[in-house]
Amino acid sequence: MTDRHEHVLDDRTPGVEEHESSATYLSYTVGLALAILATIASFVVSQTDLLWPPGIPVGLIVLAFAQIGVHLVFFLHLGSGADSTNNILALAFGVLIVFLVIIGSVSIIASLNSNMMPMSQ
Amino acid sequence: MTVAAIDRAPAAVPAGLARGRGGGGPASKRVVVAYGFWIFILGDMVMFSALFAAFAVLRNSTAGGPTGAELFDLRNVFIETMCLLVSSYTCGLGALSAERRQPGRFLAFAVLTFVLGAAFLFIEVSEFARMVEKGAGPSRSAFLSAFFTLVGTHGVHVAGGMIALIYLVAQVLAYGLPAAVLRRLLCWSLFWHALDIVWVGVFTLVYLMGDWH
Repeated sequence: MTDRHEHVLDDRTPGVEEHESSATYLSYTVGLALAILATIASFVVSQTDLLWPPGIPVGLIVLAFAQIGVHLVFFLHLGSGADSTNNILALAFGVLIVFLVIIGSVSIIASLNSNMMPMSQ
Repeated sequence: MTVAAIDRAPAAVPAGLARGRGGGGPASKRVVVAYGFWIFILGDMVMFSALFAAFAVLRNSTAGGPTGAELFDLRNVFIETMCLLVSSYTCGLGALSAERRQPGRFLAFAVLTFVLGAAFLFIEVSEFARMVEKGAGPSRSAFLSAFFTLVGTHGVHVAGGMIALIYLVAQVLAYGLPAAVLRRLLCWSLFWHALDIVWVGVFTLVYLMGDWH
């Protein structure tokens, strides 16, 4: 290693030495297969009457959550291991905020809409 | 227990003890770095949640203009989704090859990831151009403003990820695969996978549920 490289690779990152990750080619391949399956299922459900039509949005949301779960486990390697503990706590907080923002906005605006004076009067 | 006993670091820690709770001594560098980057990604997700909320609220405010069902071509959306999914896969395999110190394989996977990302962006941008040409640009209705903001922000993230990938490939070519570069690659792959998660939300909420109306 030459001196020129030292500023780039100067290692002041906190933590102890590295260990190899436990990911394998297989886990990515399984993840890809499951994700493609969920995607195809979403498109099929939205385009056909396979599900009871009023239930389609719910079905789509369920499939989206399933696919996000697949991505988190197989691509982002969130698991039950000790290394994931803090990441999962942070994720739980993130999910709380995301749900507050989305569900809160939708329900507040829906309530305002239903209390609007009719436009014709 | 004396102070000296408390002060002493635990000598031998059983493998698998919860390091995340501090039990097994300090975490490894890649865990610390990935955690920091994870916090950034969650911040990004919170930003996207505001855009999703705006779209969900404004989706029917078409102001007499075209609706989503008239504008969207689901075949293109499906191809876009596959591009992103497979690019996530090649990105993961690339990161794995890098960890196993196989720079040749890493470069091949990086090129594949870049090409798939570019294909995604190309389809998205040409779709946007087609919509603007039809008079369905972001200024047509609140629905279209929200649509272009949400989908466009995701597209900008993909473009940013591609620029970062070029930068990382340059680093691998210049320095090889030392631990510091591997950690940057790890963060980049987290970012790329997270974009995929946002896209799952986009195609479900914007395209598929829009079409159902």
